[in-house]
Amino acid sequence: MPVFKHPQILIASNLTDGEVVFLGSSGWERDHRRARIARKADEATELETLGKRDISANRVVDVYLADVEIGSDGAPTPLHYREKMRVKGPSVRLDLGKQAGEGAL
Amino acid sequence: MTAVDLRVAQRPNAPMTTYRYDEYDSAFVRERVAEFREQVNRRLSGALTEEEFRPFRLMNGLYLQLHAYMLRVAIPYGTLTARQMRRLADIADKWDRGYGHFTTRQNLQYNWPKLVDTPDILESLADVEMHAIQTSGNCIRNVTADHFAGVAPDEIEDPRPTAEFLRQWSSLHSEFSFLPRKFKIAVTGAEHDRAAILVHDIGLRIVKNDTGEIGYQVVVGGGLGRSPFIGKVVGDFVPREDLLAFLEAILRVYNRFGRRDNKYKARVKILVHEKGIDEIRAAVEAEFAAMDRSAFDHDPEEFERIAAFFAPPPYESLPATSASLRAAKLETPAFANFVDVNVGAHKIPGYAIVTVSLKPIGGVPGDATSDQMRVLADASERFGFGELRVSHEQNIILPHVKQDDLFALWSMLDAASLATANAGLVSDIISCPGLDYCSLATARSIPIAQAISKRFSDMSRQRRIGKLGVKISGCINACGHHHVGAIGILGLEKKGQESYQITLGGDPTFSASIGEILGPGVTAEQVPDVVEHLVDYYLAEREEGEAFIDTWRRIGHARFKDVLRREGEDGADI
Repeated sequence: MPVFKHPQILIASNLTDGEVVFLGSSGWERDHRRARIARKADEATELETLGKRDISANRVVDVYLADVEIGSDGAPTPLHYREKMRVKGPSVRLDLGKQAGEGAL
Repeated sequence: MTAVDLRVAQRPNAPMTTYRYDEYDSAFVRERVAEFREQVNRRLSGALTEEEFRPFRLMNGLYLQLHAYMLRVAIPYGTLTARQMRRLADIADKWDRGYGHFTTRQNLQYNWPKLVDTPDILESLADVEMHAIQTSGNCIRNVTADHFAGVAPDEIEDPRPTAEFLRQWSSLHSEFSFLPRKFKIAVTGAEHDRAAILVHDIGLRIVKNDTGEIGYQVVVGGGLGRSPFIGKVVGDFVPREDLLAFLEAILRVYNRFGRRDNKYKARVKILVHEKGIDEIRAAVEAEFAAMDRSAFDHDPEEFERIAAFFAPPPYESLPATSASLRAAKLETPAFANFVDVNVGAHKIPGYAIVTVSLKPIGGVPGDATSDQMRVLADASERFGFGELRVSHEQNIILPHVKQDDLFALWSMLDAASLATANAGLVSDIISCPGLDYCSLATARSIPIAQAISKRFSDMSRQRRIGKLGVKISGCINACGHHHVGAIGILGLEKKGQESYQITLGGDPTFSASIGEILGPGVTAEQVPDVVEHLVDYYLAEREEGEAFIDTWRRIGHARFKDVLRREGEDGADI
């Protein structure tokens, strides 16, 4: 099992439209700030279990955990620049993606 | 009336400049759409898992990317009709975000389609004789060709009939649908290589032998990606009647001996490199000699039937030069610059080849809005027999424009922000989508292209610099062809940050070479400075008429490395 270094959230792509989604407390959210945060290894494992369940239920695909930091407002922000891109949208088209209000930011 | 004439008569607005589907082709594509619709339905119902569905969606060009699905539409040998370009625009508006991205393999990518809409998109493409078949997967991909095919003065033969011949041979080829890895073929019929054939799995160069017979020089094992190689000649002169059998023999040798244990070593270039071209040639020749070639008997009538679709349009008899063009150039300097940079010689007197740059200063290389696509379609109908081409440099070509019409065309393009006069110059940058869209990318590439483009925004400076190929990839897969850029830029991840490795001396033409690494990686912010220092050094060192690559070859890589080291010591931020 990999060493648990940072809080994590579960990221996936929605099956029907491919949009990036985040596992929240009551299902998949389109806004990463509503993601459920794993602060310990066993919580991360639980997120993964839920992710596998929803892969099997054909809700989501390409599910994985991403390291985050927690802001003063309690919201998670991905640590890696790849996931930072995924929670916003293309940096060269600020009029597209979550940053433009497609889904929610 | 021949069958071809009849088909054209039934479609009065259809130009005779590209292949048109017959009943078999139409039925084949429609069946594939229906099949994929069923596969999508089974996926949505849960009858297919993602693991089961993935090969099906990839075979239909549908990827899952960073923000959404991505659909890659095939544009065979880069040739489009106005009607097809309009349909691409309509699809962008109806099912995507109002734009498309033209790629280095002469395809078009939509960045935001929904899985549930994809069958309808494919149906809409089928209406205009287009599809996305074999734009992904370990099969023979879209066959690419010289974007000046049929109109270039240096051409021996139009490569598109050969490319179409190969497309029909390779489409759903039962033996080659599950190759060790993807397989790319490019064809040129000209003395100058504009199709980068030496960096394809198979490159075909149409040649004439001493008796004037047309045949093919066949090159195998070229490629970019993680391990770049220049292709090697496996057949010096393959007669046309043997072409399919010879390629079949190559693919069989690859299919049999290509590695399947390691995807990074599975391309034919690795097989050629590990075995050596002599052993590969012997294996291909042995397979060719042993195989039942009756299945590949050349059918000259069928080849001629296909070639007839690419017959020249009804050109007018015109003087070699245009008085009105000369006058307009004198009157409008911006137009003169456009003509000098973006307009090329045509084999027919009085006509010209126009490159429409999709690289506005600070823009996204290869992107066109749906409105721009419609302008291009209109322009092609008004000025160029309704035909367009997509170049592997991610630009659009209008291949048959009367010189007398150039000013009116330029005015139309200029009004649509499509008249950037930078074809082949430093801001005409090839760039993959990079980490702004691509799930494989390790760094962004588009913002790097934009920053370099802005740094050289002075167009007179660009013209003074002259031809210079800058090519950027956002990962080692090298979709942005950085290995063959005179200046190549590769985006990587280094300690959790985007980092850019610069290479010099790449060349995609018949004098092909793979770029050499300049030094340690630099940050995104440093890249424009580095490029500017390299260009300034080239300007200081070049001799009369020397392009960047020529100066680099003459004075050597070390001198360019040295200048960067000195600049760094002097306090430059590099």
